[in-house]
Amino acid sequence: MLEQQLLNALTLGSVYALFALGFTLVFGVLAVINLSHGAVFMVGSYVALALVTQLDAPLWAAMLGAALASGGLGLLVDVLILKPLRVRNAPHLIPMIATIGVAIMVTSSSQGLFGAEIRRFPEETLPAADFMVGAVHVRVLEIAIVAIAFLLMAVLFITLKRTQLGRALRAIAESPKAAYLMGINVEGLFHVTSFVAAALGGIAGVLIGLDFNAITPQMGQPILHKGIAVIILGGMGDIRGALIGGLFLGFAEVISKAYLSSQMGDAVAFGLLFLILLVRPSGLFGRVLERKA
Amino acid sequence: MEWFNDFWSTYSTLVFTVGVHMLLALSIWLTLSCGLLSLANAAFMGIGAYVSALLTLNAGWAFPTVLLAGGIAPALVALVIGAPVLRLSGVYLAMATLAFGEVVRITVLNLDITGGPEGLNGIPLATEGWHIALLLLLAFYGLARLRRSKVGRAFEAIKEDEIAARLMGINVNRYKLLAFVLGGFIAGIAGALNAHFTFFISPREYGFEPAVDILTMAVLGGTGSLVGPALGAGILTLLPELLRFLHDFRSLVNGAVLVLVVLFLPKGIWEPRRIRAFFRKGGQA
Repeated sequence: MLEQQLLNALTLGSVYALFALGFTLVFGVLAVINLSHGAVFMVGSYVALALVTQLDAPLWAAMLGAALASGGLGLLVDVLILKPLRVRNAPHLIPMIATIGVAIMVTSSSQGLFGAEIRRFPEETLPAADFMVGAVHVRVLEIAIVAIAFLLMAVLFITLKRTQLGRALRAIAESPKAAYLMGINVEGLFHVTSFVAAALGGIAGVLIGLDFNAITPQMGQPILHKGIAVIILGGMGDIRGALIGGLFLGFAEVISKAYLSSQMGDAVAFGLLFLILLVRPSGLFGRVLERKA
Repeated sequence: MEWFNDFWSTYSTLVFTVGVHMLLALSIWLTLSCGLLSLANAAFMGIGAYVSALLTLNAGWAFPTVLLAGGIAPALVALVIGAPVLRLSGVYLAMATLAFGEVVRITVLNLDITGGPEGLNGIPLATEGWHIALLLLLAFYGLARLRRSKVGRAFEAIKEDEIAARLMGINVNRYKLLAFVLGGFIAGIAGALNAHFTFFISPREYGFEPAVDILTMAVLGGTGSLVGPALGAGILTLLPELLRFLHDFRSLVNGAVLVLVVLFLPKGIWEPRRIRAFFRKGGQA
């Protein structure tokens, strides 16, 4: 029984980590708490669903389309809203509120367009294969979700650690001004970051949509809370922290739901968070970065 | 008076809600005026609502004492969590207070005395229009006096530059705690008022979204004055009602207004200097 729960936890945790990765990337590079990340996540799953049901696209193509659509939305938000605020040097509270506005607009539009009811991928489009490992019932879908999430995260890690682009992004995270003086195209990389983060969020949306097979306009809210929890846990702006925090939250949630009551799981998670913030506000792995606007 | 009675019987709940939201916006203005980005006000409102409703339902206290208790309970909670929480600043404080809000919400969701997810039903109607009006006036008057007092100037100094304020001999920690506790008190009273005209309260009303909504109201209206938050609360509460004909799309307008104000009116809608300049130039901003 425990092994089965561990598999569920791994699946859920890897999607949380993927979602939180985009969230923390934007915070690290742009210093913005992007509260529209949950709405972007929701858009990803609707786009994939539309591609599968309307155009009979295969799942991989639907996922790609969802990533492009969500990424485009993220880019649009950055160009139209966050950039003017950067130019104006607005205090950090202001971009966060602007992204709340975006989240409201996007959620309300999809509710108007698709209705509030739960949408599902047609059964025949999902990989139905499964097998047993010992006593554990493994769905191929779950394996695929974990594999995709970890693959994307690995690509991001390697990009950030090993490439010129990654070095430039890390320089911006330290200080955009200094990075600019070193000849880095800071604005361009802000756009790239917004696109990549939103695309990762959109893919996370598709993966959750496939795992639970229930898509609603409101599905972005709970995961946004989880995302906030994960980046506090792992340290805000910390990539490695997002991975470990995401997996940890997935495990905490599944295990406490299985062995405690379903609601107490969240209470334990957020209570823990509250404590961590009091004792170690920088998160388990992060450093406190004070950046004055 | 015929039309007024018609209007009142249809819209009194809406008017009450506007009043309560104005109180909430003022409560977050208080912490913002001290430079604290605290998002605990929805939780404080919830504590006030539940404490007051339980006192009315189970202990049968009189309404004024219930209101007072609804304010004092969250103020005490603020006092207890204030010392550790207020060591944090900026976004960390925002996150910690959001996490605190989730802890409160989930606790209420799981307790038996609070009715769990179903909430509390059948709270007797006790709030009247003049209660809300009077308390709003008191809050306005009190906060306006506070702004011009030594305390208000200390808040402003802390908001502008905490280190400089400390060097000027201002006891920064104590003033921050004062703002946090007073904000909790006002939010708690708003919650108690709210519980006694909606008949019904549930944990859902005090979670993440309301916390963010309250902040949004204050920032939309403008935090430079007391009028701003009240105006923002009025607009964000009434707009969805006025836009009912848009059905599912109506909150789209709320979001768009928010984005546009943030982009084009950096100090919020209510900015006396800009409005005066607008009229002096004969309508050309």
